[in-house]
Amino acid sequence: MADSEHTHDTHPASHGDDHGHSHDHGHHHHEESWISKYIFSQDHKMISKQFLVTAIIMGVIAVTLSVLFRLQLGWSGQSFGITNFLLGDRWAKDGIINADAYLAMVTIHGTIMVFFVLTGGLSGTFANLLIPLQCGARDMASGFLNMLSYYAFFISSVIMVSSLFVENGAASGGWTIYPPLSALPDAIPGSGMGMTLWLVSMVFFIASALLAGLNYIVTIINLRTKGMKMMRLPLSIWALFLTAILGVLSFPVLVSCAVLLLMDRSFGTAFYLSDIYIANEALDVTGGSPLLFQHLFWFLGHPEVYIVLLPALGIASEVIATNARKPIFGYKAMVGSILAIALLSFIVWGHHMYVTGMNPFLGSVFVFTTLLIAIPSAVKGFNYITTLYKGNIRFTPAMMFCIGLVSTFVTGGLTGIILADSALDVNVHDTYFVVAHFHIVMGMSAIFGMLAGVYHWYPKMYGRMMNTKLGYAHFWVTFVCAFGVFFPMHFVGMAGSPRRYYAYSEFPFLQWVEDLQPIISIFAIVGALAQLLFLFNFFYSIWYGQVAPQNPWGSNTLEWTTPVKMGHGNWDGPIPEVHRWAYDYSNPEHEEDFVPQNVPLKPGEHGH
Amino acid sequence: MMKLLIILVLVLAIIAIVQLTKVNQLTRTLRQSREEEITNADNKMNAWLMMVWMIVFFISTIVLYIRYGNYLPPPASEHGVDVDKLMSFNIWFITGAFFLINGALFWVSFKYYYRKDRKAWFQVHDNRLEMLWTLIPGAFMAVVIIYGLITWNKMTGPAGENSMRIELYSKQFNWLVRYPGEDKVFGTANVNMISAMNQLGIITEDGMNTMLGEIDGKIAQYTDSINTNRAQLPELRIEAMENQIYKWQRQKQRLLDLGEREEQGLSAWVAGKDDIITLELHLPVNREIEFIFTSQDVIHSAYMPHFRAQMNTVPGVPTRFKMTPTITTAEMRETLKDPSFDYILLCNKVCGAKHFNMQTKIIVHTAADYDNWINQQKTYVATEASPAETPGSTPADSTLSAQPIASLQAAPGH
Repeated sequence: MADSEHTHDTHPASHGDDHGHSHDHGHHHHEESWISKYIFSQDHKMISKQFLVTAIIMGVIAVTLSVLFRLQLGWSGQSFGITNFLLGDRWAKDGIINADAYLAMVTIHGTIMVFFVLTGGLSGTFANLLIPLQCGARDMASGFLNMLSYYAFFISSVIMVSSLFVENGAASGGWTIYPPLSALPDAIPGSGMGMTLWLVSMVFFIASALLAGLNYIVTIINLRTKGMKMMRLPLSIWALFLTAILGVLSFPVLVSCAVLLLMDRSFGTAFYLSDIYIANEALDVTGGSPLLFQHLFWFLGHPEVYIVLLPALGIASEVIATNARKPIFGYKAMVGSILAIALLSFIVWGHHMYVTGMNPFLGSVFVFTTLLIAIPSAVKGFNYITTLYKGNIRFTPAMMFCIGLVSTFVTGGLTGIILADSALDVNVHDTYFVVAHFHIVMGMSAIFGMLAGVYHWYPKMYGRMMNTKLGYAHFWVTFVCAFGVFFPMHFVGMAGSPRRYYAYSEFPFLQWVEDLQPIISIFAIVGALAQLLFLFNFFYSIWYGQVAPQNPWGSNTLEWTTPVKMGHGNWDGPIPEVHRWAYDYSNPEHEEDFVPQNVPLKPGEHGH
Repeated sequence: MMKLLIILVLVLAIIAIVQLTKVNQLTRTLRQSREEEITNADNKMNAWLMMVWMIVFFISTIVLYIRYGNYLPPPASEHGVDVDKLMSFNIWFITGAFFLINGALFWVSFKYYYRKDRKAWFQVHDNRLEMLWTLIPGAFMAVVIIYGLITWNKMTGPAGENSMRIELYSKQFNWLVRYPGEDKVFGTANVNMISAMNQLGIITEDGMNTMLGEIDGKIAQYTDSINTNRAQLPELRIEAMENQIYKWQRQKQRLLDLGEREEQGLSAWVAGKDDIITLELHLPVNREIEFIFTSQDVIHSAYMPHFRAQMNTVPGVPTRFKMTPTITTAEMRETLKDPSFDYILLCNKVCGAKHFNMQTKIIVHTAADYDNWINQQKTYVATEASPAETPGSTPADSTLSAQPIASLQAAPGH
């Protein structure tokens, strides 16, 4: 049988391995300074940690913003010393956040979470860490581009955070920044310098995502080790692969969208503007349409949420299979459903636009495609549950987060069915129902995937173990509190509460669901504080955690075959050769309840 | 003092956690227990917690449904009845799936926790099962799609011949309503005609002449000022004035470019004369209304939850939505036993600082009451003559909320 997935141990472009095949041993000889090891590293393992730590810092900022504006929402108009302490007189005089500041805070919260934490922190970290290791490569195809991708991400983060400090405030049109609101500084103060900085930051971010994505795709296609056929790849790699493809195809559209907006703002064009009267004068420009922005934005925006979700699902497949001591159920179906989700994600963007005035027929097309995408998603959910069925489940903190991921994926996915239906969306569009839906799938499901990944691959990143008891406490408090925050929001939204509202006190018809707001805020505050358990555990264990064994979880994938302290090139000797798939857990033909991928087949064994 | 105490407590809490962790580490080292070895006790505890959580979760969900499940009063529009039925169907379906699937998840997590003497079932795949849970959700989706699209097509189809057209005009931060008047045609409107007395920019011949005259006047005034005072005025001021002159010239040019247009046999510049502009939205019951939405500045959204209606209002792109109100305000007040109830129109697309308070009342009259009401309204040409009576022309009208909320007042400078 022709092995068309020809793989061979090519040497990657990264430095440190120019020894040829005869004695490649991955040791590199150059002296490394502190700067080239920790700051300007081209090693995928260091870059993954750089992405992670940057994303954690950005996440702390975004969570803090959310706790502060939840104070306003839970106890509208009441004074809280901490808001003035953190935000100063300009944004929170007398301890009450003002309306402009509120909108800037929700905008930056959303932007940081979707892009910096869930894209940079999920893809950036785990693609970098896992792709070379799980494919059996010494490093990424281009260590240099990899380093550039991190630095573009870093610069982007710095610019985004700096936009919080400009005089007129950060961008304030919601993370979706629709023009004309985002194009006209007269419409809202944040649409001045704040919006310009937002756009500049995003240009760097997209550059980072493109550089990184290209690297990931090339590495997966070209640098798999001998025997690592595509259908032997762990599902984490499949997910990261498709995520990279999604990114490469859709992020450029966001660039074009942002460039057109920059031009409308600064160069007198009218791509998105027409027939506008603001600040006591009619604008000169005509002929543009705000709907163009929305199509361009959501053409990225929808694949973006799958860029967020797929790596989490891939991580879940690995962690669940490892800790249930059972193969992931239906590997081929899981690969197929990742492909289907990735493909379909390009043709559903209009479901964000049902009430924009878009042609209703077009709306129907998007209803159809969006409800279709529910099917491969359902398949994945059922496969996870079946993997657990008759497994032998070990509750590591990572496993707990993965079970939480499945629960939230199912729950959030089901409410997506309501939103996918255009006739129903009419009454819940832009209400708290939408906020509940996307927070449950992104703010719970995807984040849980990220946390599970951190707990599970921490030994690979730092050579030490995180504290398990703290991990349990972190999981349970986070899980309960996060549901406590987002589940009641469905009801707040169905009752007609719009999102991005500074207060609801002006509407008698909404007062009855306002009882839920303080409850949501309390869960939010407790949940946010619980993250301190994680932060402490994460940083403390880097120096004081128990030293990790080589394969603490008894996992099959290749990353666990390296020494605990990895140098450049990952393996001390030659790269292992792969003989089987990644899911031989509790295989009856073997004594041990796991068989790593590099273990040769027994005579007469039927491998996968 | 309070702040100091809080900070102290937090610091002490952090120190406590650090110390407890150190103790935990030491104990583990002494006992030679490893972080990666999950004890039987821990596995069992977490398995049971999964079960406990499931029960807490399910009960909370049911409690929330009971207390908050009656989301809105009965739908006050014809299509609203269809929408609510569709919603009900979908909610039942997803709620059932929610309990079943989450139940299965937590059940297997609970039942199959690790026991040393057990080996997991090496079950690699089962195509029949995959078929089952591809086709069954597929079948459900087919039903949801078909049912949903039938409802959608009805809602978004063309308005009938007898429908009444009403324009909803949105701007930061209030709504204006325009009725086409006796001739049933809306007058042409253009942003270049907007003034304090003419918020919609309706064009009439008189209005156009007045506007052009005003612009000429302003240009002349500035030009004179510059010419006579050129020596005394600072450079920047002259530049600013010249810029403003240029802008006025551009506006005049855009107005002249509009030209005259014929519409439905009536000159469009005549059609606007009998248009009626109000601040509140009055509707006759059981009459099909076709709303035309437009916006002056940024995207807003006309959200009318009681009628199950919503449509974005987009500057430069008129949008539409049709509906037939079926319950008068008086009837709804009866049903809800709330004499102060009013239907509401609120903005539902972030549009600026006062987005959270951009609203107007909707009043649904009986046919007779509506006729009475509309006959009492002043037409546009009448307000052209006595501008002080133009709705929306005074600052007090710019938001309907009589009491600005305390926090707005407390935070000046935005």
